[in-house]
Amino acid sequence: MSVCHSEFIDALLDPQKPVPNGLASRNGGTAKRFAVYRNKFAVSLTEALEAQFPVIRKLVGDEFFKAMAGVYLRRHPPESPILSKFGNRMPEFLSDFEPVEHLPYLPDVARLETLIRESFYSKDSSSISNETLRSLRPADFLESRIIIAPSARTIQSRFPIFGIWRANARGEGNPTNRPEEALVARRQFDPELYLLPDGGCEFMRLLASGHRVSEAADLAAARRPDFKLDQILALVLSSGAATELEPIKHNSGERTLKCG
Amino acid sequence: MNDQIKSIAVASAVAAALAVGSSAALASGANEKCYGVSLAGENDCEAGPGTTCASTSTVDYQGNAWSLVPAGTCESMELPGGRMGSLTALDRDLPS
Repeated sequence: MSVCHSEFIDALLDPQKPVPNGLASRNGGTAKRFAVYRNKFAVSLTEALEAQFPVIRKLVGDEFFKAMAGVYLRRHPPESPILSKFGNRMPEFLSDFEPVEHLPYLPDVARLETLIRESFYSKDSSSISNETLRSLRPADFLESRIIIAPSARTIQSRFPIFGIWRANARGEGNPTNRPEEALVARRQFDPELYLLPDGGCEFMRLLASGHRVSEAADLAAARRPDFKLDQILALVLSSGAATELEPIKHNSGERTLKCG
Repeated sequence: MNDQIKSIAVASAVAAALAVGSSAALASGANEKCYGVSLAGENDCEAGPGTTCASTSTVDYQGNAWSLVPAGTCESMELPGGRMGSLTALDRDLPS
């Protein structure tokens, strides 16, 4: 018995296709058994997407989401056995899925839910200790680098991304009508979402790429006159997004954070 | 931004972070991972290669499986046979 892999996948993804050639089972009923498998494949992946995108699901409704998941899983079947990565192409999928054209913020919401999942699965780290914070003079702090935690993610959207998420995931508040930036970070096991003051994403990106606190503040303030260093820094320090303070001598631990 | 403004911002941010940090630690009940205390099949999830995931421990008190316990209670946990809980993975009671 031999079954061609690509033929098997084609038949798995398209119920109109015949049972793949060469497929056999011990006591017959191959077509029926294959149909059960095909159904299970789609149902389990749909459930995975429902678990990964609770806010998207809420925004478009259960029934619509299920139908959309059916299209997604056939257009972007899993590329890796790691189920948590299966939904990673949802943002691009949503940006050219015609039936949701009238909801232009959906791709950013999907991007945010993907970042929250990444944060959940990323490596644990500890925050800067209170002793370190207490003992460092502000002038020394400004000349240090802040090492950004592996679980920290940033997002910048032209939509009120934080407000949309909070209203739907937590049932709190109403989204504003302005662009928002947000930080995903976790101190223990569950990622939290924070609204970043304007320019916060750029500031964190500069920190992550190795700039000293002082330099990053100057560069961020040059782009935004209303940049609030105290608010943003308080959030970076208290959210679990900062894992170490490093005097400027070394040159390690750079990370890339994205704004966009 | 002049240095004085930046210094004031840092001082205020640090003060805010210290305040949030201590209240959050209390509020969350601060759990810790405790190794070697779970009964077989009742461990929480470990991350990383070669380690165990939720409910996969196969022997009682398996040394590389952990459960979440209230902070500060792990290392004083006494278990049958003179075993103690540990904040780091142990090499006792590993499945053969």
